[in-house]
Amino acid sequence: MSRRRAPWLAGLLLTLVIAGFVSHHASSAPDGLEWAAGESGFADTARDSATADSPLADYAVSGVDDGRLSGGLAGVAGVAVTLVLAGGLTLVLRRRTGRPAADAAAAGPARD
Amino acid sequence: MHVPDGFLDAPTSVATGVVAAGTVALALQRARRELDERTAPLAGLTAAFVFAVQMVNFPVGAGTSGHLVGGALTAVLVGPWTAVLCMTVVLVVQAVLFADGGLTALGTNVTLLGLVAVGVGYGVFRLLLALLPRTRGGLLAAAGAGAFVSVPVAALVFVGLFAVGGVADVPLSAVAAAMGGIHVLIGIGEAVITVAVLAAVVSVRPDLVHGAAHLRRPSDLATRPGLRAEESLR
Repeated sequence: MSRRRAPWLAGLLLTLVIAGFVSHHASSAPDGLEWAAGESGFADTARDSATADSPLADYAVSGVDDGRLSGGLAGVAGVAVTLVLAGGLTLVLRRRTGRPAADAAAAGPARD
Repeated sequence: MHVPDGFLDAPTSVATGVVAAGTVALALQRARRELDERTAPLAGLTAAFVFAVQMVNFPVGAGTSGHLVGGALTAVLVGPWTAVLCMTVVLVVQAVLFADGGLTALGTNVTLLGLVAVGVGYGVFRLLLALLPRTRGGLLAAAGAGAFVSVPVAALVFVGLFAVGGVADVPLSAVAAAMGGIHVLIGIGEAVITVAVLAAVVSVRPDLVHGAAHLRRPSDLATRPGLRAEESLR
């Protein structure tokens, strides 16, 4: 493993471990907004999302009964999708090496 | 702090949707200046990391939890406009695939966690960067303060939206006190995680960190363990 690649692989591995394993140990207590909504009496105005029946809803893979496995798989899937979307978007937008920044900025939203 | 569907009325949700769309459109143009061959992969990894860490709620006092927002951390790592895009991708993935944060509330969540948390976090960071010593410690302190402030401010902006378009008829002072109070505590966790992650990245690859450009002198880099100066300056 080259010295240049090691930090990237370590970062990716850490991200997958957090989403796949550490997430299982997250607190299941209501978050700040949920708590505040309950305290001040508007929690019951929340509506289910239109995606509430999605196969990954609430960070669980539907059909996988083991909670730890289900949550871990959902987390890894989310990391993969986020990495592809955000990484793809920023790769499309980036300046090409050797090309002055002014050119890239002047090109505006048009794709190269 | 992912707002579900139903808390805010339709006009408010449409308005925040317009604000979010405008912000993302602007970010798509401005982020080009922040992204190059080396920083674009960091932006992708940072977004994935924020998604992962947002799954890990930490306990905050009695029966409540919070998780990293990541707006300040992302802005310091990859630049504020790129951070808007990273946070938006995370929020879209969470809302569409994981039913975390409402679909009609997506504009609200992008406004609060993409625009406000990033803007306030990065603004406080830049302000303190100008005042604090130009050292690694100064950088981390500025980022930690930006992260801390960004969370209660985003919470109070939600209270402002609730004042305009909250569906429930409840006393606004109670909402403001509860939201502000709990998010000051969550902000402490935000600052701790932000400083820890940033310290790790700066110790390995300071050349990639957008907010550490002022530390990027050859003399700074040559003394970093685990980093060859000629490599980082490439």
